[in-house]
Amino acid sequence: MKPSSVDYRNVVAALVVVGLLALPLFSQLTGNFFVLTLFTRIVIFSLAAVSLNLIMGYGGMMSFGHAAYLGIGGYAVGILAAEGIGSGFIQWPVALAASALFALVIGALSLRTRGVYFIMITLAFAQMAYYVASGLSRYGGDDGLTIYKRSGFAGLINLSNRVEFYYLCLFCLFGGVFLVWRIVNSRFGLVVQGLRSNEQRMQAIGFPAKRYQLVCFVISGTMCGLAGALLANNTDFISPAVMYWTRSGDLMVMVILGGMGSLFGPVVGAIVYLVLEEFLSQVTEYWAMIMGPLLLLIVLFGRGGILGLIGSFSRD
Amino acid sequence: MLLVVEQFLNGLQFGLLLFLLAAGLTLVFGIMDLVNLAHGSLYMMGAYFAATFVAWSGNFIIGILLALGATLLLGIVLEVVALRHLYGRDHLDHVLATFGLILFFNDLVRLVWGPAGLALPLPGWLTVPVQIIPGVFYPAYRLAIISVALAVALMLYIVVMRTRLGMLIRAGASNREMIGALGINIKLLYTLVFGLGAALAGLAGLMEAPILTVQIGMGENILILAFVIIVIGGIGSIRGAFVAAILVGMIDTLGRAFLPDLLRGVLSSAAASTAAPALSSMLIYLLMAIVLVARPEGLFPASRR
Amino acid sequence: MTEALLRIENLIKRFGGIVATDNLSLDVAPDELHAIIGPNGAGKTTLISQLIGQLRPSAGTIRFAGEDITYLPAWKRSHLGLARSFQITSLLRDFTAADNVAMAAQARDGHSFRFFGNARKEMGLREAALAALARVGLADRANVMVSRLSHGEQRELELAVALATKPRLLLLDEPMAGLGATESARMVRLLADLRKEVTIVLVEHDMNAVFALADRITVLVYGRVIASDVPAAIRVNEEVRRAYLGDQHVVTRHG
Repeated sequence: MKPSSVDYRNVVAALVVVGLLALPLFSQLTGNFFVLTLFTRIVIFSLAAVSLNLIMGYGGMMSFGHAAYLGIGGYAVGILAAEGIGSGFIQWPVALAASALFALVIGALSLRTRGVYFIMITLAFAQMAYYVASGLSRYGGDDGLTIYKRSGFAGLINLSNRVEFYYLCLFCLFGGVFLVWRIVNSRFGLVVQGLRSNEQRMQAIGFPAKRYQLVCFVISGTMCGLAGALLANNTDFISPAVMYWTRSGDLMVMVILGGMGSLFGPVVGAIVYLVLEEFLSQVTEYWAMIMGPLLLLIVLFGRGGILGLIGSFSRD
Repeated sequence: MLLVVEQFLNGLQFGLLLFLLAAGLTLVFGIMDLVNLAHGSLYMMGAYFAATFVAWSGNFIIGILLALGATLLLGIVLEVVALRHLYGRDHLDHVLATFGLILFFNDLVRLVWGPAGLALPLPGWLTVPVQIIPGVFYPAYRLAIISVALAVALMLYIVVMRTRLGMLIRAGASNREMIGALGINIKLLYTLVFGLGAALAGLAGLMEAPILTVQIGMGENILILAFVIIVIGGIGSIRGAFVAAILVGMIDTLGRAFLPDLLRGVLSSAAASTAAPALSSMLIYLLMAIVLVARPEGLFPASRR
Repeated sequence: MTEALLRIENLIKRFGGIVATDNLSLDVAPDELHAIIGPNGAGKTTLISQLIGQLRPSAGTIRFAGEDITYLPAWKRSHLGLARSFQITSLLRDFTAADNVAMAAQARDGHSFRFFGNARKEMGLREAALAALARVGLADRANVMVSRLSHGEQRELELAVALATKPRLLLLDEPMAGLGATESARMVRLLADLRKEVTIVLVEHDMNAVFALADRITVLVYGRVIASDVPAAIRVNEEVRRAYLGDQHVVTRHG
C-alpha cells in the first residue's frame, strides 16, 4: 500500500464514531426521537456483535448461540429487579458473572468439537437456555418479565433519561471495541488468531489450544452479557424470545455483513442490518421476504462483508 | 402400566418422526457437505401443503400424496435455484444463506396462508383407538405414523445399502472425487439426494400436522432437535441418526411424562412443578453434552477424513 | 555410550487388525543425526505421529530425556524440547514469516494470558524471530505473508519455527519433500549446519541426503526395525538391500 493512499475502512470507522457521538444532538435539533430509540437498540446489538466477532472473526469459533448471553444478562437484571434488588452495582456484576459462568460451561463442552459440530452444539445449548427461561414460571415463563425500574446507579447516571442511557450504551460499545482492539494485538490475541489459522501448528510449538480458546470464549460471552443487561434496561422487559436461535442468527449476520475479523465491521453490520430491517418493515409487512434472499445474495456474492468491500477499494 | 405403554409408544412415534427429519439433514450433510437450516422450512411446507391439498381434494390420502410430491418438487427447485451454488463453500456461508431462506419461507407462508395456524383434520377411520394389547388402547393415527415411519426407515436402509443409487450415495459421502471420476452426473445425484431429503422432511411435517397445529415457525424447534440428533448420532451417519432419534424421542417424551412425578418424590410439590418443565426440556441437551464428552464425533462417527 | 535422549521401547500401534508399529524399539543418542528410512507403508508417519503426541500408542513407552512422554499432549512435549517440522508444510498462512517465528518464541516465554500490550512490538520476541529467520537464510523475508513465500522458503520457515522453540530434539518429517535440486542442496547444507547444535531425527526419502547427513540410520519395514547402524553398515546390510534398497519405489519416489 502506498503511504499516500487512504484506507477507507478507517474513514468509515471514524464516520461511525463521530456519527454515533453526534446522534443525540441531531435528534434534539430535529425533534426526531425515534432515531435515538432506534440507535440505542443498534448500539446495544453492535456491542453484542462486537463480542461475537471476537470469537468468530478472530478466534474462528463459529458460535451459533450467542443470543443466550443477551438473555442471561437480561434475566440477571430482570430477576434481581423482580426480587427487589434495583442497584445496578449488584445487577450488572451478576449479569456479567452469570454470562461468564455459562460461557465457561458451554465453552468447555463445545470446544471438544470442531467445525460444524461446534456450530450446532452452541446452537443447541442456547436453545436449552431458551427453554429453561420459558420454564421460569415465577418470572413470567413464556410471556417474559416486565422490569418496572431500570438499574439504579446511586444517582451517578439516570438510565431512564434517553440521552444519558444512549451515551451509557455508546460508552459500553466503545469500551468493547477498545478491549477487542487491545486483545487482538496482544500475546493472547495472537495465540487465538494463530489457533484459528492452524491449531495443530500451535499445539506443536507448545500452546495448549483449548485453554486459550476457552478464555476467549468466556471474554466474548461476558461482553455479550453486558449487552444483555443494557438490552433489558432499554426495553424494560426480558423474555425468552431474546434468546431464540434466530436472534443468534441475526448477530451472526451482523458480524458477517459488516466484515468478520475487522474491528468496526460488526458495528457497521449491526447498523446496516437493523436500519434495513426498520426500513423494509415500514415498506412492507413482509420485509423478511426481501431480507432473506438478500442474505443469500450477500453470501453468494459479497465476500468479506461491507468493510472488506471498502477495504478492496482502498487497495488500488 | 397402561400409561407407561402409551408414553413408550408416544416416544417411539416422536423418535421415528425425528428420524425422518434428521435422516434428510444428515444425508445432505454427509454427501454434499451442506449445512441446511432451511430443512425445518421444508418440514413446515410439507405440513402446509398437506393441509391445503387435503382440504382441496377432500381426500386425506390423495392430499397427503400431493403434498409429498409438492415438497419433493420444492426441494428440487430450491437446490437448483439456490443451494447448489453453496457446495464447496464455507459452513458459515451455508448457515447464513439458509438462515436467509428460513426468513423467506416464514414470511412467504404468512403471505399465502395468513398468520393464523391451520388445522389438518383426520379422516374418521384414523381417529378410532385401537386395542394393541388387551385393555390398552392407542390412537390409530399414531400407530399409522409408527408404521409409515418404520417402513420409510427400512426403505431408506435398503436404498442406501442395497441399490446402485445407494452405492453412489455412500461412495459420494466418502470420496467425492471418485464418483466424479466414474463419470456419474454428480449434479443430478446431488439434486436427487436433496429432493429425497426434502421429501422426508415434508413427510415428517405432514404426519405431525394433525397432532399439532400447522403454524409458522413449527419447523424451527424441531430442526434444533434434529441437529441435536445428528450431533449425537455422528454427522453423516444414517444409522447414528436412527439410534439417536429414537433415544431423543424416548427421553424427551418419557421425561416430560414422568419427571414431574419423580421430582415430586424428592422436592416439595411446588418446587417440583416449577423445576420439572425446565428440567425435562433440558434432558436431551444433557444427553448431548454427555455424549460429546465421551465421544466428540458422535456415537457413530462417519469414517471420513 | 551416553544415555539416550529419545528412547522408544516396545512401541505398538494397532489400527483394528493392522499393526502399524510392531514392537518397535529405538534409541536416539544426544547430538546425533538419526535418519529413519523405509519404503512407503513402513510406518514412518505413524511412528512420528506417536512421537509428537498426535496418536496414542497401543502399548510401549516413549522416553524423552529420561521422562516418560508416552501419553503427554503435544504442547507439553514441545515444552520439554521436542520440536517437529511437518511433512506437509503447516504454517500460519495469514501471518508473516516473522509472526510465525515470534509465535514460537512467545510459546517459550511464559504463558500467553497477556491481554493488553501489543505483542508485535515486543522487542524480545521480534529479535528472537529475526535471529531464527537469519539462521535459515530468510532474514530479508521477515515481513512477507506466508502465503506469498515460495515452497522452498516455507520449508525453511518450518525449520526456523522449530528452532525458535529452542528444541533439544528436532523431528524432521521429510524436509526435502517437493523441493527442487537447488533447494534440496540448500536444505542439506542447512541441516549439516544445524546438526552441530541440536539432535535431529530425520525421516526422509531422499537417499543422497540421508547418507550424506546421518550418523546412524534406522530402517523400518512393516512397522519393525530391521536394521539400525551407521550408514556404511546399512549400505552393505543384506536384509536392508533385500527389503528396501532393491525396491523400485525408492527410485520412482526420488526425483
